[in-house]
Amino acid sequence: MAVFEPEAEGIVFDAEETGGDIVGRSPWALAGRRLVRNKLALAALALFVLIVAVSFAAPLYSNYVADTDPFASNISGTVTLNGKTEPVLQQGGGKLGLGETPIGPTWHSKYFLGADNQGRDVAARVLYGGRASLEIGIGSALLASAIALVFALVAGFFGGWTDAIISRVMDLIWAFPLYLLAISLATVLLTAPNGLKIGFIHLSAGSLWVPLLIIGLVYVPYIYRPIRGQVLSLREKEFVEAGIAQGASNFRLIFNEVLPNVASTVIVLMPLMIATTILTESALSYLSIGVQPPQASWGTIIEDGQSLLYTRPWVAIAPGIMIVLTVLALNVLGDGLRDALDPRSKVRVKG
Amino acid sequence: MLAFIVRRLLWMALVLFAISVLVFLIFFATPGVDPARQMAGRNPSAETIKSIKHEFGLDRSLPVRYGLMMKHMFITRDLISYGSHTRVIPEITSAAPVTLSLVFGAAIIWIVFSILFGVAAAVLRGTVFDPLLMILALIGISIPVFWLGEVVNLITQSRLHDSFLFSWVPPLGYTPLTQDPFMWFKQLIFPWLTLSVLYIGFYARVLRANLIETESEDYIRTARAKGLSERRVLFRHTLRTSMITFVSLFGLDFAVLVGGGALLTEVVFGLPGVGLLTFNSLTALDLPVIMTTVIYAAFFITLASALVDLVYAWLDPRVRLA
Repeated sequence: MAVFEPEAEGIVFDAEETGGDIVGRSPWALAGRRLVRNKLALAALALFVLIVAVSFAAPLYSNYVADTDPFASNISGTVTLNGKTEPVLQQGGGKLGLGETPIGPTWHSKYFLGADNQGRDVAARVLYGGRASLEIGIGSALLASAIALVFALVAGFFGGWTDAIISRVMDLIWAFPLYLLAISLATVLLTAPNGLKIGFIHLSAGSLWVPLLIIGLVYVPYIYRPIRGQVLSLREKEFVEAGIAQGASNFRLIFNEVLPNVASTVIVLMPLMIATTILTESALSYLSIGVQPPQASWGTIIEDGQSLLYTRPWVAIAPGIMIVLTVLALNVLGDGLRDALDPRSKVRVKG
Repeated sequence: MLAFIVRRLLWMALVLFAISVLVFLIFFATPGVDPARQMAGRNPSAETIKSIKHEFGLDRSLPVRYGLMMKHMFITRDLISYGSHTRVIPEITSAAPVTLSLVFGAAIIWIVFSILFGVAAAVLRGTVFDPLLMILALIGISIPVFWLGEVVNLITQSRLHDSFLFSWVPPLGYTPLTQDPFMWFKQLIFPWLTLSVLYIGFYARVLRANLIETESEDYIRTARAKGLSERRVLFRHTLRTSMITFVSLFGLDFAVLVGGGALLTEVVFGLPGVGLLTFNSLTALDLPVIMTTVIYAAFFITLASALVDLVYAWLDPRVRLA
């Protein structure tokens, strides 16, 4: 198996491109060019940006288009459609003619996707839910990466006992069934009656920070492992030795020599991590131990929709479609980033 | 090799111990969390809480409580649930067959289809089918399993239930294999398919990547050079090597699912398995059940990872030194 040095590969790549006119380009510029040429990855990026933009525009939608408060119940409200006034919750809509059925999708600006059990506009809730899901997904992925990066740099760079202790602890968390750890932490934090106080930080059970912190902590070992391995091998490289010979401090070695070389790994992992954390958040919220009411996320809306599944399926279907689109876009983007940033990777989209 | 096995087993025991202590501490030592208050119901008096604490030994010190719990779990095997006041171990042994039925069926489906898709994508590389199959696999990975389950229920239980396609689908639930094998199969077929979608996508991608990587190895070129047919090269050489990653991933995923990781599928399809039992005990702060199910799950997972490591060490002697 031939070993490709990134620089060598870059030059070959360029020579093919420009017809022999070899110009020095930084690895980042090369990666950028590879990414721009990957149309599928760009489309995925565009879709993700669109979903983020639309979700963060949720207040605009509910104020100016749907004209409703998606968090206030509207049980006795009415809606005017094509000149007819209809109640939001209709009596006896079910198979047995019992109970209340919320209005179905109107495909108009008001109650575009219908209402839920509380008479709230589902379309507006899906947008607000998307905002919460994305905040938690992106936030916890960033948190996990930051923690993992610090530990991986320290453990990989200093080695010895530091590495042994940190890595054993990470192995322990790794061996812990992920869903059990997440559910245990979530249950405990949510049942603590007055929230959790750590020093001056006060977390109330309804805060979005609770699922964010839980998911962020649970995924630390998954990022720690690949980065630590890389730091271990980088530490033995000649440029680090050169740094030592020049009398650079450990701090300087870590930040100026090692960190830039693991940055691409973190960037490649990022979209995949966000995809995973969004799925985890939705699962926890679906089990009602993630985002707590009155806040909503895609997971909680799917849970709300479960009791209406056979009568008003759109309540559960719409947020699910949003999750699938978001996670799919992130996965495609992650593949594209890996192909662009990791020239040594043996498997590429095009050989 | 023996030293490696001993070291691996010692580590496994340590992991199990650490996990049980960690869970114990999460539920007993987090400030503001009080299982006695949870059990006492709404607005309990101080005496009620005190008597509950005494009854369940919650007024003793943490190490004593941990020791007592382990003694009841492993030695006398008569650990009592806080919630239903029944013995915990029979609860688990009655939930385990449900989970095993679910996971075994799904595993067969996902092995067959992921090998099929992975090999097809690698063989058809360069045609339109490869990216098509891989996009399908990515979609499979991107669907939340509980949502997929709801959509499946919507179609098979409600919207198309009266059509000839799905009129045979029984209501949600579980019938033991020994009681009515045909009903067992009919009730589990959709949970199997739903659970396996994610794994089909994931394994197909991993297998395709491994196949393409192996394709560039020297011994594959040698195999071609000595005149073997493409089919023989693929099945006897490329696929065999590529299956090493596949098998080790499978070992771990299977163990996680048997340990209760199929929780979301069990919730959506109303299957009373280990995952559901774990989840109910976690939300009710029913510590004896939590501890038992957590140790049960961790046992499978650490055992599987130990086995995977052993198989690796057996295949590749370099690992033994690490």
